[in-house]
Amino acid sequence: MSAGLLYDATQCIGCGACALACKEENHLPEKIDAVPTAYTWTTVTPRAGIFVRSLCMHCLEPTCASVCPVGALRKTAAGPVVYDAAKCIGCRYCIMACPFDVPKYQWDRAVPIVGKCVMCAERVAKGEATACAAACPTGATKFGDRAALLAEAKSRIRDNPGGYVGHVYGEEEAGGTSVLMLSSVPFEELGLKTNLPRQPLPMLTWQVLSKVPDFVALAGAFLYGIFWITRRREEVRALEAPVEGARR
Amino acid sequence: MRPARKASAPLGFWAYVAALLLLLLAGVTVLRFTLGLGATTNLSDRFPWGLWIGFDVLCGVGLAAGAFTLTSVVHLFNLRRFEPIVRPTVLTAFLGYAFVIVALLFDLGQPWRIWHALFFWNPHSVMFEVAWCVMLYTTVLALELSPVVFERFRLAGAQRVMRFVYTPLVIAGVILSTLHQSSLGSLYLIVPSKLHPLWYSPLLPFLFYLSAIGAGLGMVILESYLSGRSFGRRLELELLEPLGRAMVVVLGLYGVLRLIALRRSGALAELASPGYEGTMFLVEVSLAVLLPVALLSVPRVRRSERGLVAASFLAILGFVMNRLNVAVTGMERAAGVRYLPSWMELAVSVGLVAVGFAGFAVAARVLPIFPEARADVELPERETAEPAQALGESVPA
Repeated sequence: MSAGLLYDATQCIGCGACALACKEENHLPEKIDAVPTAYTWTTVTPRAGIFVRSLCMHCLEPTCASVCPVGALRKTAAGPVVYDAAKCIGCRYCIMACPFDVPKYQWDRAVPIVGKCVMCAERVAKGEATACAAACPTGATKFGDRAALLAEAKSRIRDNPGGYVGHVYGEEEAGGTSVLMLSSVPFEELGLKTNLPRQPLPMLTWQVLSKVPDFVALAGAFLYGIFWITRRREEVRALEAPVEGARR
Repeated sequence: MRPARKASAPLGFWAYVAALLLLLLAGVTVLRFTLGLGATTNLSDRFPWGLWIGFDVLCGVGLAAGAFTLTSVVHLFNLRRFEPIVRPTVLTAFLGYAFVIVALLFDLGQPWRIWHALFFWNPHSVMFEVAWCVMLYTTVLALELSPVVFERFRLAGAQRVMRFVYTPLVIAGVILSTLHQSSLGSLYLIVPSKLHPLWYSPLLPFLFYLSAIGAGLGMVILESYLSGRSFGRRLELELLEPLGRAMVVVLGLYGVLRLIALRRSGALAELASPGYEGTMFLVEVSLAVLLPVALLSVPRVRRSERGLVAASFLAILGFVMNRLNVAVTGMERAAGVRYLPSWMELAVSVGLVAVGFAGFAVAARVLPIFPEARADVELPERETAEPAQALGESVPA
């Protein structure tokens, strides 16, 4: 099983219990920021007449994990994308590259690290639901197996004609995410990115990076060949010169 | 020694400027590492990469591209007449890379962990490739420069060793540079939804590579001109004019590739009524491609010192603007914020450039960088007897 979350914006009452539970579970400062920060990993905000949660989408093939030069970010088999602060050098490529703008930085610290929702990886490893899902009074955030949640999301759309926009956000975005979202208003009105490609983004750079070893071998041989030819020409010229002179 | 005395009068002013910048740099350094990035830069969660990446890293590396171009031309393609300008070019590149590394130390959140890239590998990350290229190519540049130091201190044994490994070094340098220049473009391949289509293209690695060669050649010309002025040297026009011609070809090719990229991304329509991004794009392309190519295509302009230097300067300016447009202008719309560097970010970048200039001035005074300085060194030149003879035969022919 690969864990996931299904967030149904139509069931969310904006109580903020999820944000509060997240703070406690992850030992974050009490103050809940208006937008996600390194200290506030999830928020609930009113938008387009309903509420929307903001949290890490936990991509199936995460861009952040792909771009991190030291492998501080990692997709676990259980589902969560986790962060190892002890490895992080602070290049902030993850923040720059994440298609969902999720990782945040501790800009106010002299020794900063990245902060992002880790889908309560420790709880998930023990087979428990995430703190946010456990705290949700309406079941708007539901924890479970991603495949099962996706099936449930689709049946909710099917069973409530007109109740939802006909799309499960996260099914295909950036290659698919472990967090899935349902909404009654178009997703871009909720501030979600709707211009994302369907294929996983790491492919874009891997296409180039995977060719590096071949390139090194080929270019090395080619350049040495050039050098060999030009030097040989010079040697030949040096040998031939006096002979020509003698004939004249 | 003699050229140094000649230059002492104008140097006085610049020495004061450099001292002031250094003082400022020292102060900002303390603030940066005690208060953190938030208090000293205009970076934020919405705009995590700014001037230090866009200018210091992207331009510092790009403008060092003259070195691998020239070393391959001289040592692999055997166009030996360019030999006299190789040393100043390699010195410039080495200082450029040193500049990049120091700038990275400012930019990284935890720079004291920079060695992590050596031990925690992620070959899927372009940044990982960048990190290794920076480390390895800086080493290669230091080694390529080392014969100059050995010559200065007359270490004949070390010189002989370097002669032996020089060709593999040059080849390694060309490969590493090619990877590194293109990988800086690859960094942005992963943000198709964020980088404006005027700059985003699957061709980014090729575009970064070609534009770096063009601007790198421009840097060779500009650096020859500047050192000519401050050291009272003659400009090697007969060597630099062919570089100007090469720039026409490289920048022309780059321009065509850029056009192909635009057509593919469908961003050409954007230019019909240019907004903020469109205007920045047009200014950039005019400076980086159109003007230099137009100017350098005219033989009379190319053969005049002023024309050659002016065109090179424009090309470099355009190159810098391209990197800043990719790193800043093109990312602003998706970020939803405008980014302008803080004065402290500027102070670091300008201060480090000043350190680079000072480093060049010092090195050029104490080391046999310029051909004039090399003539009075008694040790045999780096050529072995035989090829030297061969060279003697081939040049007049």
